[in-house]
Parts: sequence; structure tokens; C-alpha cells
Amino acid sequence: MPRWGMVIDLDKCTACQACTVACRVENNVSFAGPDEYRRSRAIFWNVVVGVIHGEFPEVRAEYIPMPCMHCDNPPCVKVCPVGATYKNQEGIVFQDYDRCIGCRMCMQGCPYNRRYFNWRVPEWPETFSEYRNPDFEARPRPKGVVEKCTFCVQRLRWAREEGRPIGSDYPDGVVPACVETCTGGARYFGDLDDPDSIVSRLSRSPRAFRLQEELGTEPKVYYLRPGQWTAER
Amino acid sequence: MRPVTSYHPQNKHEDTILSPLRRVTRVDRWLWAVLLSVMGLGAYAYSRQWVFGLGVTGLNRPVYWGVYITNFVYFIGLAHSGTFISAILRLAGAGWRKPLTRAAEAITVFSLPFGVASILIDMGRLDRVLNLIFYGRFQSPLLWDVTAVSLYLFSSVVFFYLSLLPDIALCRDRLTAVPLWQRRVYGFLALGWQGRPEQFHRLERVLDGMAIFMTMLVVTVHTVVAWIFGMTLQPGWHTALIGPFFLLGAIFSGTAAVVIALAILRRVYHMQEVLTVSPFNSLRKLLIVFTLGWLYMMVAEHLTQFYGSLPDEMEVFWQKFTGTFAPLFWLMFLTVFVLPLIILVFLGKNRIGWMVVASVLINLGMWIERFVVIVPTETRPTLTTGLGHYQPTWVEGAITASLFAGMVLLYAVFTRLFPVVPIWETAEAVEAETPPAGRAAACLACGDRANQENP
Repeated sequence: MPRWGMVIDLDKCTACQACTVACRVENNVSFAGPDEYRRSRAIFWNVVVGVIHGEFPEVRAEYIPMPCMHCDNPPCVKVCPVGATYKNQEGIVFQDYDRCIGCRMCMQGCPYNRRYFNWRVPEWPETFSEYRNPDFEARPRPKGVVEKCTFCVQRLRWAREEGRPIGSDYPDGVVPACVETCTGGARYFGDLDDPDSIVSRLSRSPRAFRLQEELGTEPKVYYLRPGQWTAER
Repeated sequence: MRPVTSYHPQNKHEDTILSPLRRVTRVDRWLWAVLLSVMGLGAYAYSRQWVFGLGVTGLNRPVYWGVYITNFVYFIGLAHSGTFISAILRLAGAGWRKPLTRAAEAITVFSLPFGVASILIDMGRLDRVLNLIFYGRFQSPLLWDVTAVSLYLFSSVVFFYLSLLPDIALCRDRLTAVPLWQRRVYGFLALGWQGRPEQFHRLERVLDGMAIFMTMLVVTVHTVVAWIFGMTLQPGWHTALIGPFFLLGAIFSGTAAVVIALAILRRVYHMQEVLTVSPFNSLRKLLIVFTLGWLYMMVAEHLTQFYGSLPDEMEVFWQKFTGTFAPLFWLMFLTVFVLPLIILVFLGKNRIGWMVVASVLINLGMWIERFVVIVPTETRPTLTTGLGHYQPTWVEGAITASLFAGMVLLYAVFTRLFPVVPIWETAEAVEAETPPAGRAAACLACGDRANQENP
């Protein structure tokens, strides 16, 4: 049984936001429109967060792409009153759109703020309709429920149906949309339990860290610290 | 009518207490109409929310919970009035509580449904509420809430009804001039109560037993309400003090609400002789204690936070003390602590008007307190992906107003249908009537009730 995980190399990330776009298209994430965006209601299963360190002239910008962390010890699953969010055997944290009662307890529980609520009936522009992903897993969500990143579980399903390998270890391996599209090749996907997989090896790198590790949530998204760049290079 | 031997409490204030039940004035009808129309506005607002989703509120990311959850905590807190006055003070043997119990318990019974309603209104998918039963997970603090609050609602209704029983029987036998439907209601609800001494004896025992249960429940319920916040890892919420602090606040606002309700009843229904100033003075002392207790909790919580100075905690801390929520925070401090303490200590004694002013301030402040506990934390999430802002909309305002209107409406109608002062609990003795066969005076004052009497 694999335990899917992701590694994001912050040195390679150019903050181009291609992952954000690919994720939206792959998973039929609804369009908020300018008004709702201004009200902070837009849905992004994946975001690239910019963090500014220091003040001018000693300033440094850091960009952290954030999908769901798919914690091994997920606080959101713990607090759900109806079991609408759960972790499957491969370690992916899912949301059951048909069972969710919209109480938003999981959103309060998630220390990474990686969950989104459908404040209104999801909408897409007319022109988008023919580009919609027909996969069942990416079906449009109803209003009033929570949704989140699934590591593109529909891709994992059809990889198995077509007998294709999964993960960044294979040249034709199936990976989540954000990994596939990453322009800098900063993202890796694979089985953390396989000691030889790329993600497993990178997760043991001295550069590897996870967000808010001190909370004991055991996220399965690892980051590789940016290295020191010097003028001589 | 079948001839029944009824024993009725002999209470010299019986006529005064029953007089509001004998008629409905035009002012009543106007009040009810106004309250109903406010509720109608709330219903309209909710219909908008039902159709368009929670997007019609000011809620957003990361402020996932706002006014609705504040109302929830506030109404459940208000409900602690009755249980505190009748259950806890009953166990403590405080005799002065007796004239107040009914009015206090009515606040409990009529505010709880609106607490429940608040949380239902906050749900994104109300149509799936039964999932809580089909798929309920007891690992979730939310299910603790569902369990505790529904149990509390059920038991407080039973507790309320039981203590109302002898008085309903009295209404059945005394109020023969009221409309037929009303007499039928009394006849049905009285459950054939005759008020024999052994019935009273049994009633007292049941109420004593329930008082113990209710006391435990009151502590549990509001602690659990606080735990939906406390169990998360959010800065400002994740503290062991949040449970006791919420509980104290609940009893505090509940007791203040009792003062308001009693003062209005006393004035409107001319009950100055029944509801004397003395129990008000006792409530005043309690309120002073709670005010100081509130300050103690406040200092304990914020000093711990401040001294530890964890960066995430401090973000929330400064939001309250100097940031966006500072005006609300200091307004709360003024209305919950500074003004009520000054009023209650220096002006309140024997002056019901001042006590009401303090109580209104306290309740206003306690609502703000709940808001200030809930929202600032949400606007400063850890791993900041943009700071949160929250501006409630008219929908939330209208629904909040309608919840308060609903509570007042139920209360107002209740006072026209049932005695707001327990006639049997404040009676001097209980005597048999109709038929006059053997006026077997069953003196209740002798027996164990005498031991509790402590006027």
C-alpha cells in the first residue's frame, strides 16, 4: 500500500502560479468572480503564498506553494462531526461532498488553512463548460460544503485502470496536475513508504522540512529549503 | 366537570400573580405583532440565505464563524439563568430564590431553542442535519455540543414543566372565566394534578434530584460549548481556561437577564409586593461577585498569553488590545466590568432601576465578549495567507434581531398564560378544597419543606 506524498523544492519554484491554474482546471474549481474574490471567498486548492522577510534593503521574498498537506495525523478529520472528511488507506485526506453538513469545524481545525467553503452555488463562465473535467472525483460541488485538494485522486484512479505507473520516479508516471505542470520542475510526487522513491529520498534530505512540524500533524508535503546563493556561482 | 378533591396552596398574593392571566391588553397585541414582524424579517433573511448560500453573510475565509456562532454561545449562556437560580440555588438552600425561579427558568426554556436555531442557521447544509444522527462521530467536539445542548434542552423543559405543574392545576381550577381553549390547555397540562401532600412530597424529591443533575449539566454544557473553540489549535482559543471562562460568563449574563426580566414583570404586572426588593438585592450581590470573577478570568487568560508572548498568540492579543477589535474590546471591558461594578456597588442597592441598567450593560457586553473571543482569532490565522476581515451583513443582523424577538415573544406570551411567580413555592400552606369533605389541611409547611424555607 503506497503512502502518497509530495516534495516541493523551494529553490526551483519560480512562483509562476502554473500549479494553481492547472489545479483549478483539473479539479473544476469554481470561479469566484471579482466581487466574491474581494470578499475573500475564492477557492484555491493550491496557492502560492508569498512571504517577505526583512526590510529594504535587506529584503528577501520567499514563495511557498501550498496544496493540502495531507497530514498523517489530520486535525480536520478529528473534528468532523459526521465523518465527511477522512483519510484513505493511501494517506490522502478526502472530503465527502454528499455527507458534509457545512459546519466548517474542519476549517477551524486545519492549522494550514487549506480548506475551502462553497459560500455560494459554484459558477463557471460559459466558455469554460467545454473544458470541464468529466471525472467523477472532480464533479462540481454543491453550495454549502467544504472542498479541498485530493492529490488529483482521479489521475491515480485512471493510472491504475490503464496500468500506468504513478509518481515522479517514472518518465511516464502519472502525477497530480500541479506536479505535471510545474515549470521549474520543483514538485515531486510519489510513495513515501518506498525507500528508493524520489520523494522518499528527498524527504530525508537535510534541506527537507514541513510546515508547522511542531504541531505533530505529520504532513506528507515536504519542502526543500532554498540554498545559499552566492555571487561566485 | 368531575368532582376532584384538590389541594391548593394558600398564597396571599394569588390574585396578584394570576391577574396577568385574566386578560390580554392592546399593548400586548401590539408587542406581539411587532415581535412577529421582526421574526418575519428574519425569516425573509434566512430564505435568502437558504437560496443563495452563506455567501449572503459577511463570512469569508478565514473568518468562517461570525455572528451566528456568537449568538449560539450567547443564547446558550443566557439559558444558564434559570438553571442557576432554580437548580444551583435550590441545592444551596437559598430560600430567596423562590419567587424568582419561574421567571428565571422561563428564560432558560425560551432562550435555548434560539441557541439551537443559531447553530442550525450557521450550517451550510441544514438539509443534512440528520447526518449528525446517522453518521455522528463522538470524537468531534461538535457532537459533544449537539448531545449536551439537546440533553440540556430536554431536561430543562422537564424541570420547568414539573415545577409548573401545581400552578397549572391551580389555573385549571381558578381561571374559569378564560376562553375555553385556554381552560382545555390547563386541564390537559395539569395531568390530573390534585396536589395531595404525597404528590407535593414526590414533586419536591424529583425537583431536588433533577437539581443535582441540572447543576452538573449546566457546567458541562457551557464548557462543551467553549470546547468547539478550545479543542482547535487556533491561537487565542486553544486554552484550558476557555471552558471555565465561558461558563462564568454564561451564568453572569444569565443572572443579569433574570434581573431585567423580573424588573419588567414587576413593573408591568404590578407585582411590587410579590417580587420585593430583597431578592433583587441578593441578585445584585451575585452580580458583583460575577463581575469580579469575570475580571479574574480575564486577567488570568490575557496575562498568561501576554507573558508567554508566542508570536501567533500575540497577533491575536494585539488585535484585541490595540488593533481592529480594540474599540469593541474596550467597549466590552467598560460594559461588562467597569460600569456594572460602579453601578452595582455604589448605586444599585435597593434601586432596581440601576440594577437593570447594569444588567443591560452586562448583557450587551457579554454578547460583545463572545464576538471578541471568536472573531479576532480567525482574522489572524497561523501561516498567514492574508489577514482576515469581517463585516456582518444585514442578513446576519436581521436573523439576530429575529432570534431575540422570538425569545421575547415566547416569554411575553408565556407570562399571559402561566403564572410568572410560582404560587405553590411561595405559598404559606396547602389546603384541600372542593368538595369540602373533611378539610384535611395538608400543611406542607410542616415536613421537609419547612427545613428549606429560609425567607
